[in-house]
Amino acid sequence: MGAFDFSVLRPSLTFVWTGLQFSAFLTLIAMSGGIVIGTLLAMARLSGGAFLSRAASAYVNLMRSIPLLMVILWFFLVIPILIGKPIGAERSAIITFTAFEAAYYSEIMRAGIQSVAKGQVMAGYALGMTYWQTMGIVVLPQAFRNMLPILLTQTIILFQDTSLVYAIGAKDLLKATEIAGKNYNRPMEMYVFAAIIYFAICFTLSTLVKRIQKKIAVVR
Amino acid sequence: MIEIQGVSKWYGSQQVLIDCSSKVEKGEVVVVCGPSGSGKSTLIKCVNGLEPFQKGNILVNGIPVGDPKTDLPKLRSHVGMVFQHFELFPHKTVIENLTVAQVKVLGRSAIEALQKGHALLERVELKDFSHKHPGELSGGQQQRVAIARALAMDPFCMLFDEPTSALDPEMIGEVLAVMQDLARDGMTMMVVTHEMGFAKNVAHRVIFMDQGRIVEDATKEEFFGTPRSERAQTFLSKILSH
Repeated sequence: MGAFDFSVLRPSLTFVWTGLQFSAFLTLIAMSGGIVIGTLLAMARLSGGAFLSRAASAYVNLMRSIPLLMVILWFFLVIPILIGKPIGAERSAIITFTAFEAAYYSEIMRAGIQSVAKGQVMAGYALGMTYWQTMGIVVLPQAFRNMLPILLTQTIILFQDTSLVYAIGAKDLLKATEIAGKNYNRPMEMYVFAAIIYFAICFTLSTLVKRIQKKIAVVR
Repeated sequence: MIEIQGVSKWYGSQQVLIDCSSKVEKGEVVVVCGPSGSGKSTLIKCVNGLEPFQKGNILVNGIPVGDPKTDLPKLRSHVGMVFQHFELFPHKTVIENLTVAQVKVLGRSAIEALQKGHALLERVELKDFSHKHPGELSGGQQQRVAIARALAMDPFCMLFDEPTSALDPEMIGEVLAVMQDLARDGMTMMVVTHEMGFAKNVAHRVIFMDQGRIVEDATKEEFFGTPRSERAQTFLSKILSH
C-alpha cells in the first residue's frame, strides 16, 4: 500500500466528475426509456394478439440471449450504417442501453402486471374504462408499486453495466478514471477510486431498495 | 331494460350457459340464484360484456351487448357493477375510487365528481372515510364504497355479483340494507345472491339456474310458494333450512 499515491485524485476530480455525470445520465435515460418501452413490450406480450405478442416475445428473448458487450459493439457499428452517418459513442450507448434494458424491464413489468388481480381489470372495464385507461389508472400503478424494489435492483445492475461502454470509447466514469490514471501514470490509484465510487453509489441504492421493500410489505 | 335472448356460452368445448333467456324490466329487482357452478355469475358478466358469449343476444336499454360495433366502454359506464371481492382500487383513496371514472370516463369536472362522491359516501354512511385507503376498511365498508362507486356513474341499472358472499356474517346486513334502499328508490337491479331473505323481501322475480340453464323464472311469490322444478325445490329446502 505504501506505493499508492492518492495525490493524483485532486487534479483529476473534474474529469472524473464529468465521467460520473455521463454514467448517471446514461443510467437515468436507459432506466426511464427502458421502463416505458419495457412496459409496452410487456403489455404487447400479454395482449393476446398473436402477432404483437410473438413479436414482443421474440425481441425480449433475443436481447436477453446476447451478451450486453456484444450488443454495445454491434449497435456502435450498425447504427451508423443504417442511418448513414456516425452518431458518436455517447449517443450510441444511450440507444443501446435503452433498447437492451427494455427487454429486462419488460420481464419485470410482465410479472408486475400479472400480480394485479384480474378482478381489478374487470372493475376498470365495468366502470366504462377503455383498455388504455384500465391499464394506466388501475393496473400499471399497482404493477409498478409491487415491482418497485425489483425495478430499482435492475437499475443498480444497469448502473454497473454502463461501465461496459468504455469498450466503444464513451467517456463514462470508468473511462474517465482510466484516462486520468494514464495521464498521471497512476492507473492503480484511479481504478481503486472508481471502484470506491461505484461501491458507494450502488450500496446506497441497495440500502434504499431494502427500505422500500419493507415499506411496501407494510402497505400490503 | 335488460333482455337476455337465447344466450349460450362455451369455455373451449365445455358449455357453461345453455340457451338462457330472461328479462329485467325497468325498476324491477331480479334475484338470480342457484348452486355454485350453475353459471349465474357468468350470465351476469355477460350482461355488461365482461364475458363474451357465442350465441344469442343481450340487449341493455336496447343496445346489443354482443354486437362488435357496440361501444362497450360507453355502455358499461351506464351499467353499475358490484363484485364479490369489492375490487376497489387499493392504491387510491375511497373518494378517488368514487371520482376517477366520473372524471376520466364521463368527463365530469373534478368539483362535480367530488360533490357527487361525497354525497354518495354520506348515503352509504361512510362520509368520514373519504381519505382512507380501501385496505383500512372492513369488508362491509368496502362493499358499500363499491356500491357508491358504481352509483357515482348514474347507472340506469345495477348488476350485483354475489355482493355478500365474501363478507363476514355480521357485515352482510349493512350491505343488504344499502341494496334494499336502492331497490326502494326504484333502481333496476339484477342480483346474483344466496341471500334468500333479500330475495323474499326485495325481489320482484327470482331466476333459478342449474348447470348452465335457467330452470325457473318466476315471481317471488310463485318461486317461494310453489317452485315448479324439483331441482329448485331441493335447492330451496337446503338453503332455507340453515
